[in-house]
Amino acid sequence: MGIRFILMVNKQGQTRLAQYYEYLTIEERRALEGEIVRKCLARTEQQCSFVEHRNYKIVYRRYASLFFLVGVDNEENELAILEFIHLLVETMDRHFGNVCELDIMFHLEKAHFMLEEMVMNGCIVETSKSNILGPIQLLEKAS
Amino acid sequence: MAGGPSLMDSLFQRSLEDLIKGLRIHNLAAGTAAGTPESSTFLSKSIDEVRREIKSTDQQTKTTALQKLTYLHSLYAIDMSWAAFHAIELSSSTIFNSKRTGYLAASISFNSSTDVILLLTHQLRKDLNSGNPHEVSLALQTLSSICTPDLARDLTPELFTLLNSNKGFIKKKAIATVLRVFELYPDSVRVCFKRLVENLENADVGIVSAIVGVFCELANKEPRSYLPLAPEFYRILVDSRNNWVLIKVLKIFAKLVPLEPRLGKRVVEPICEHLRRTGAKSLAFECIRTIVCSLTQHELAVKLAAEKIREFLTEDDPNLKYLGLQALAAIAPKSLNAVVENKEVVIKSLSDEDVNIKFEALRLVMAMVSEDNVAEICRVLINYALKSDPEFCNEILGSILSTCSRNYYETIVDFDWYVSLLGEMARVPHCQKGEEIENQLVDIGMRVRDVRPEVVHVGRDLLIDPALLGNPFIHRILSAAAWVSGEYVEFCKNPFELMEALLQPRTNLLPPSVRAVYIQSAFKVLTFAAYFYFYPEEALAASISGVGESVHNGWCEQSSDSVSGQTVTFSEPDEGFNPRMLHQPQKDASGNDGKKMISDLEQVSSCSVKMGHFTKDCLVGMVNLVESTLRPMAGSHEVEIQDRVKNVLGLIELIRQEIHGCLVPKEEENDRGELKACEIVRVMHDAFSEELGPVSLSAQGRVPLPDGLELKENLSDLEAICGDFRIPVLSSFSLEKPRSLEKDVVTVSDQQNEEECEPSSESTSLLTEHRKRHGIYYLPSEKKEKVPNDYPPANDLSMQDKVNDEVDYLVKLTEKSLVPKKKPIAKPRPVVVKLDDGDRIHINETLPELKEDLISDAVQEVLLGNQAVASSSRTDKSDKSSNRRSRKETFRPLESNADSTTVEIAELGNKNSRRIKHRTHGKERSHRSSKKATGESDRSDRPNSSHPHGKHKSRQRADGMENVAAESPVIPDFLL
Repeated sequence: MGIRFILMVNKQGQTRLAQYYEYLTIEERRALEGEIVRKCLARTEQQCSFVEHRNYKIVYRRYASLFFLVGVDNEENELAILEFIHLLVETMDRHFGNVCELDIMFHLEKAHFMLEEMVMNGCIVETSKSNILGPIQLLEKAS
Repeated sequence: MAGGPSLMDSLFQRSLEDLIKGLRIHNLAAGTAAGTPESSTFLSKSIDEVRREIKSTDQQTKTTALQKLTYLHSLYAIDMSWAAFHAIELSSSTIFNSKRTGYLAASISFNSSTDVILLLTHQLRKDLNSGNPHEVSLALQTLSSICTPDLARDLTPELFTLLNSNKGFIKKKAIATVLRVFELYPDSVRVCFKRLVENLENADVGIVSAIVGVFCELANKEPRSYLPLAPEFYRILVDSRNNWVLIKVLKIFAKLVPLEPRLGKRVVEPICEHLRRTGAKSLAFECIRTIVCSLTQHELAVKLAAEKIREFLTEDDPNLKYLGLQALAAIAPKSLNAVVENKEVVIKSLSDEDVNIKFEALRLVMAMVSEDNVAEICRVLINYALKSDPEFCNEILGSILSTCSRNYYETIVDFDWYVSLLGEMARVPHCQKGEEIENQLVDIGMRVRDVRPEVVHVGRDLLIDPALLGNPFIHRILSAAAWVSGEYVEFCKNPFELMEALLQPRTNLLPPSVRAVYIQSAFKVLTFAAYFYFYPEEALAASISGVGESVHNGWCEQSSDSVSGQTVTFSEPDEGFNPRMLHQPQKDASGNDGKKMISDLEQVSSCSVKMGHFTKDCLVGMVNLVESTLRPMAGSHEVEIQDRVKNVLGLIELIRQEIHGCLVPKEEENDRGELKACEIVRVMHDAFSEELGPVSLSAQGRVPLPDGLELKENLSDLEAICGDFRIPVLSSFSLEKPRSLEKDVVTVSDQQNEEECEPSSESTSLLTEHRKRHGIYYLPSEKKEKVPNDYPPANDLSMQDKVNDEVDYLVKLTEKSLVPKKKPIAKPRPVVVKLDDGDRIHINETLPELKEDLISDAVQEVLLGNQAVASSSRTDKSDKSSNRRSRKETFRPLESNADSTTVEIAELGNKNSRRIKHRTHGKERSHRSSKKATGESDRSDRPNSSHPHGKHKSRQRADGMENVAAESPVIPDFLL
């Protein structure tokens, strides 16, 4: 399982989206998120985007006020995950038009659907923006 | 559930947006349900609302309620397991939006312990069979995230059908879901695996990407089963231009290549080609990683990888730098040159502002350590440690300690240097590695006899520094310093000074356990001094062996300037102090260095004449010092301290008697008691100077049970016999070694002397016998190498290097050291005592154990099939190409005929080409009757047939077993 979880966290350390691909209890999730946020948010722009934590490798990237944190296996290619994060942001950008924290807050479901289109079971299955957004746009047209 | 509330709810229900706005107004910090009281009231009010609304019969109300709950669950960690049934209810809704909400809630909140999960089976099956692809996709997504073994078993047939879906995005999701199903229900492999393999040939990048991802995960767990698929992966490696796919394929090859070296020859060229061509750093890095991990035999490839790593390292991007260092660390064991070429960057990275990069660089530096450069590298690192933050500083110290002590200090030649380095580390301000340094100081003291003078010297330097006592982190080191100073006191230059250090007032800052060690050491020093005083001749003899002499000088310096001029450094430090030699001092004169010794002897004896008086004063002075310091501690509440103080005071009583006896101008009639006192001092000294060597863990087991020894099983009658004896024994409560107990008794009564001496001599004889039998556990008693005296004192190194620790300077400094050089070794490496077993660290050699991996069993069964049968009809290699072509031909119609559900895997035609051929049955069959060459008779497994095929399975499993056994020598033809 390449990707273990995806988090979006704002500058204040509040979780805005959390998607796990393995089962953790609520308490475990909270603890994990707290530790990771503390570790990653303290880092500066000049430091690298990879942090090892427990048995995960965290690849993160900051876009404006939002941090995208992806927890992966040790096997995973860090640079590919960085590209994946960028793809995710671009996809959201295309859908919401210059995506910001509020978009994700108010459209959490949609963000989840986009992720579901891109990642299944921890594997990246779709990398084409139009394919990812297709079902969502269809749905929006219908309703 | 009346209509009334439901209607009210739907009319006045708060939407998700309202909820979010409300949460924002109340400024509720995500992840903290307990915020301000006001906000937590809002939260609990909202949950109550949801609880009410979710029971509504109105779909829309229910959907919104569930949406809100899902939101609260995922961002505010609100428990929603109670709503599981509602999620299932909504998933069966006819309104797509409600269905979607239901499934989303399920996939976010369900886990294997959710009991209602089985109720979802039917709905999932229905949606998987649905005509609406979006419903199918929704069901697949949900299945992939909440799958349980039961769900996997029940829905495998549907999944199998979907693997052949004509809609790309459904097929892709089905493939991704299959991975999860395989894990939970390995029998599904038998059903679905061949369809999975077929899809490797698919032209759609998305599908190939998904399938390669699945194989990457599978191969990660147990790569061997997938070797037969290497040709397919190879084709993708060569043909694909999609970086996502290539990265995954490279990961698969990284796992496969170590299993089959010939595979490496095939793939190394395409991988290098990708590495040269690609502009994508991610792909380039994956190529590098594959080469440095799995293709290290291919020199050209490694060279290319090293070049690319260099490019990474020179980039400004910290990410690339970090990864470059990681790759360098991976390449280090195979090609140290690559590391050496980049040493400048590595050393500079030690002061990077990113702690991750620093750690990586440190790991790399440690990988470069060898016998020749260990001193320089450690010096550089200590300089870094001095100026870095506490965390990294300790990381540095820790890695120095672990690297240098690796495999019995194998990289250390100059132990004098290393011991003084340990002392230096103790003085690094942030040092928190006390325990490790303590262990190593004691360990080296015991193992390396040649280095003992230096150990004592370093110990002394630590002990006499009152500032160190204030730092709790180095108390453990001080404990070790005290111990070595006491144990090897014969190497001490100035026992008086040592005694003062051990008893200095600030020692009350130490924890009791360390203090006890201090006092015990003081005890040893005192014993040694007394012995030296009472038996000058024997001490002299000891001085011939190069030990006592220094003490003489110490005493002389202490007492009189006239003698201090004769300071002689250790002439033969390596000869050590051996108690056994005391009994036969004459023999020593015939040592290897006869002349020098004799001259030393004369020197010493000449001054020892004068010394007679000084020593007495000094001894009295020492005794007084000890007594005045320790007397108040006799009432200490700490047993350890109290116990030891009593020992020392007892000894003092004894010595004092003796000294006064001597002060009285020699009356020939020495009374009995005084004689005894001398005797006791000698016995104690002998006891202390017994070597304490490292003991093998299994040593006890090797001592054979003596013949006459009978161990009573029932000790109850023993109680009756020595009932009154037991009480004192118990109350003495001594954790000390037996010898201190013994001394305790000595001080109590002089009459018992005779008996008291006995056990120690007995134990000595036992020891000698033990030594005879188990010589290997003991330090060698004969002298080994001679150490030239002109060797520069180790401390000088550390003294020299001044504050000038600019990065560039350090880089320059390491320049020479990193190049593997063969300098003439100035000094032979001293003997390091090792035990043949027992204290060796057991490296768990992970034997390639045959794990009962159900998935790979099944995979091998499917892939290798009836290979045992097929191997008998072996055809020659010329068949290969045509075979391949024919496979391609059989493939195409299959894809076009996607809804044909009966697919059979025809097993490999021959052993060489273990290819998988796919054929469709039924109407297609006649077209291809010509192709059914070899695998005709194979079992026809119809996975989607509804009847259970248990009988089949058991047979197949049996086949599988055979195949696993027969599999190893078989290699895919494409490797040849």
